[in-house]
Amino acid sequence: MSQLLDIQQLKVDFTTKDGYLTAIRDVSFQMKAGETVCIVGESGSGKTVASKSIMRLIDYENGKIADGNIRLNNVDLTQLSQRELRAIRGKKMAMIFQEPMAAFDPVFTIGSQIIETILAHKQSNKEKARERAIYLLQRVGISDAELRLKQYPNELSGGMLQRAMIAMALALGPDLLIADEPTTALDVTIQSQILQLLQELKTEFGMSILLITHDMGIAAEVADRIIVMYAGGIVEQATTLQLFELPHHPYTHGLLQSVTTIDSDRSKELFSIKGSIPGLSDLPSGCRFHPRCPYATERCLNEAPPLLDVNNRKSACWYSEELVKSDSWKKPTLQTTSGSQRPQKKEQSREKLFTVQELSKFYPLGNRTFSGTSSFVRAVDNVSFTIEKGETFGLVGESGSGKSTLGRVLLQLEKASGGKVLFQDQDLSKLSNKDLRETRKHMQMIYQDPYGSVNPRWKVGDIIGEPLQVHQSLNKKEKRIRVQELLEAVGLNKNSSERYPHEFSGGQRQRVAIARAIALNPQFILADEAVSALDVSVQAQIVNLMQELQDDLDLTYLFIAHGLNIVRHISDRIGVMYLGQLVEIAPSEELFKHPAHHYTKGLIGSIPIADPRHQRELISIHGEIPSPANPPSGCRFHTRCPAATARCREEQPLFREIDSGHWAACHHPA
Amino acid sequence: MTLISKALVRIANSFVSVLGSLILVFCIIYLLPGDPVLSMIDPSVATPEMIENLRRELGLDQPFYVQFAEYFTAILHGDFGQSLINSDPVLPKILMHFPATLILTLTSTVFSIVIGVTLGVLSAIYRNKWIDILARLVGLFGISMPTFWSGILLILIFSVNLNWLPAMGSDGWKTLVLPSLALGFVGAGLIIRMVRTSMLEVVNEQFIVTLRAKGLSERVVMYRHALRNALIPAITIIGMNIGEMMAGTVVIETVFSRQGIGRIIADAIMAKDLPVIQGVIFFSAIVYVIINLLVDLSYSVIDPRVRRSH
Ligand SMILES: Nc1ncnc2c1ncn2[C@@H]1O[C@H](COP(=O)(O)OP(=O)(O)OP(=O)(O)O)[C@@H](O)[C@H]1O
Ligand code: SF4
Ligand code: SF4
Ligand SMILES: [Mg+2]
Repeated sequence: MSQLLDIQQLKVDFTTKDGYLTAIRDVSFQMKAGETVCIVGESGSGKTVASKSIMRLIDYENGKIADGNIRLNNVDLTQLSQRELRAIRGKKMAMIFQEPMAAFDPVFTIGSQIIETILAHKQSNKEKARERAIYLLQRVGISDAELRLKQYPNELSGGMLQRAMIAMALALGPDLLIADEPTTALDVTIQSQILQLLQELKTEFGMSILLITHDMGIAAEVADRIIVMYAGGIVEQATTLQLFELPHHPYTHGLLQSVTTIDSDRSKELFSIKGSIPGLSDLPSGCRFHPRCPYATERCLNEAPPLLDVNNRKSACWYSEELVKSDSWKKPTLQTTSGSQRPQKKEQSREKLFTVQELSKFYPLGNRTFSGTSSFVRAVDNVSFTIEKGETFGLVGESGSGKSTLGRVLLQLEKASGGKVLFQDQDLSKLSNKDLRETRKHMQMIYQDPYGSVNPRWKVGDIIGEPLQVHQSLNKKEKRIRVQELLEAVGLNKNSSERYPHEFSGGQRQRVAIARAIALNPQFILADEAVSALDVSVQAQIVNLMQELQDDLDLTYLFIAHGLNIVRHISDRIGVMYLGQLVEIAPSEELFKHPAHHYTKGLIGSIPIADPRHQRELISIHGEIPSPANPPSGCRFHTRCPAATARCREEQPLFREIDSGHWAACHHPA
Repeated sequence: MTLISKALVRIANSFVSVLGSLILVFCIIYLLPGDPVLSMIDPSVATPEMIENLRRELGLDQPFYVQFAEYFTAILHGDFGQSLINSDPVLPKILMHFPATLILTLTSTVFSIVIGVTLGVLSAIYRNKWIDILARLVGLFGISMPTFWSGILLILIFSVNLNWLPAMGSDGWKTLVLPSLALGFVGAGLIIRMVRTSMLEVVNEQFIVTLRAKGLSERVVMYRHALRNALIPAITIIGMNIGEMMAGTVVIETVFSRQGIGRIIADAIMAKDLPVIQGVIFFSAIVYVIINLLVDLSYSVIDPRVRRSH
């Protein structure tokens, strides 16, 4: 029994102004040397708390370990003083985090932060530490390591910083690396590069990895075993194959069903677990999953099921054994989404709502009076496409490809540098401010963080009612009735207009944002990363709602997101952007089945696949997106394209129709 | 933008500020009620002709813009005019007394920074412990107590009762201690608050968790990393604070009977000696702008994001 990590009955409390809150309880699991274990679960389930407790970092917050033991190499970490822990932290166990930019001290160089780690643990001298830092940076795939050493965090890209973070964590060859959502803030392309890197380093450095993620695809690809957490406890623990083959807990079952894949049926609604994860202060009695569980019984309401051994794995459900035998359970094959059929879309009208012609948006770079040269960031560069009435047009591409800028220029929130946008054959740039304001009623927006874009001191009713106030002359009563209608339309209680945004969950706040967006019966909604911050089950609820509203209200969407599977599901057609240009447009299924541009192909190849039996080459696009201030010549993608030829470096490919409705800008389409 | 071009822009801005302050000072004094000529001679003995002659002599009969143009050209030649009271040239007088004021301002600033940063940091680290409560009390007193009041209090305690330090004069370092304390106290109050708030913010940042996860000691985490980040916003306050200190010398130099331009302007105001008032205000504006420029540039030394933003 050579367990590297052995956690028994861990319970963590936080002191808050309302007294003690127990964040996690009865958490027990083990890790062997060399193993990769994933903790999955929705936001707030206690994944981060669990991982920070292992490092005993919660001591510095308002938390404390109230019960249980954490043994690392048979040393009980819960019994050590902070002083003794310091010798272990960073040396025997290291941690990397979600936001690489926030995880480095902004006022020290990357190098000094890595070197300081080495020096804190060893009597190694400064010169040796520096050499080690350079070696590590090179090892994690950072070129010009000596130069990077002297750079500050804000001078590196997110992907690069995460690599540097990994280098820093590996500095002293830890036995255990804890990675808390290390790729969530990164593009899929960079994500697969980082995951690949972690896999390689694990063997090379002989360590174990505890990876926290909410993405079942990532878990399927890298984990040996998976731990599913819900509302502060472990609900299931199994090997990756076991878990995907036949989940035993209704929550796991639901999670797997919520996964959208690149071949799920688009005409069906997305499956979602009803409701949302409870807060710590109002945990349900008995089984904490019972309010959302379709199999809950009287017993579940009163008695909390312990984590029991069932069929060679662990599950915390009274009925696991019977449930898995039943027909309705079966194995939730990922190919068929179990949601209900959506009503057929009306025959496309083919009427154009937006026509975008040679649209460009350049931002001046730096101060020209002093540097003398005038350079620009070409955020959007000569883009033409149309959005048809009633369709959902999806826009994908790595961050920095210009998606959001395109959206903003489309709605005239920023002035274009060139080209034009026709809305129902009307040139928007030619409109007077007054007419533009009038026209903008028909175009609304939803953003990623609805909380950030509304005044938190406003009541929900006022937030939704504001556009009515501005654009329509309703009296008080009419307005109240309209707000209630809207609340019901987005699936909120119609009496919630007196409540404040912070009283709502993330998903509910996004519903509020949608209600506000549809208040004026617009024709068009721009949804910029509108579901990206939400948990899968909630994401599914919001996407379903958006589709329902589209059918009912005849809406047209521009749906911008980096989650490719969800864009595939919701969009009729998809545009792929790279460095300010559209490189491919195709109907959704066609694009994923037969991508023509090598960038599209690489993007799709980077999506983690939620099926452990499926093995793929993790890296499908090398390198990072170049600076839009200085894009490569010819085909802008040639620096990263596996199929690039001499022609690609010199001649910019034309954007042409390679198949009916399928456009691509590539000399050698796949 | 390079550091040099950034500095050039800042310097150009500073010139504009100085010019602006010059115009403002001139306008205010021009619009001020009361006839400066009447304060120079006793109206009960002077004939209207005498008053008229004096006025013409001083150029005060000219229209506004002519007066300003003359003043401005004179200033460019380093001529700040003469005192109405004793005809001493203004600039040499200012220059003679400025060092004393500068030293007082600087010692007060140093004092306020030392006390402010130390107490601010301790109060954030030992949040809600006795040292935090003490620091916050000091901060509160510093901000709410008028300088003349704390000045007098210090004199009572340390000069009158304990007889440790002189209560007045401007010779030797001993005379500097009490006035610097009185003056620095105000700034210390502001800095304590600022540093405390910004430390508490920084301590909650993600990178602090990383530093701890690397196994660094709390001492390194707090004093090497957190403090450096927390000082960035505090520098602005410190810069503004130096201006406050200079203004404060007007009161403090009087209370402690010290030489200095604060004292000069206080006297000049009593005597309605306009050229002196004008000169001192304008001179202080220049000094203030220079200090702010230095503070601004020091930002880029401490914060690499400013230094290398392109
Ligand atoms: N310092 C704290 N004080 C009080 N409550 C806390 C504290 N830190 C975390 N919690 C609570 O503990 C619960 C678990 O949080 P945790 O961050 O571990 O969730 P998570 O599973 O990591 O979620 P996510 O996917 O959003 O990262 C949450 O309800 C959170 O609000
Ligand atoms: S114990 Fe009951 S409520 Fe909980 S998961 Fe099992 S069936 Fe559902
Ligand atoms: S044009 Fe050339 S470089 Fe660009 S995607 Fe096609 S093959 Fe690759
Ligand atoms: Mg987390």
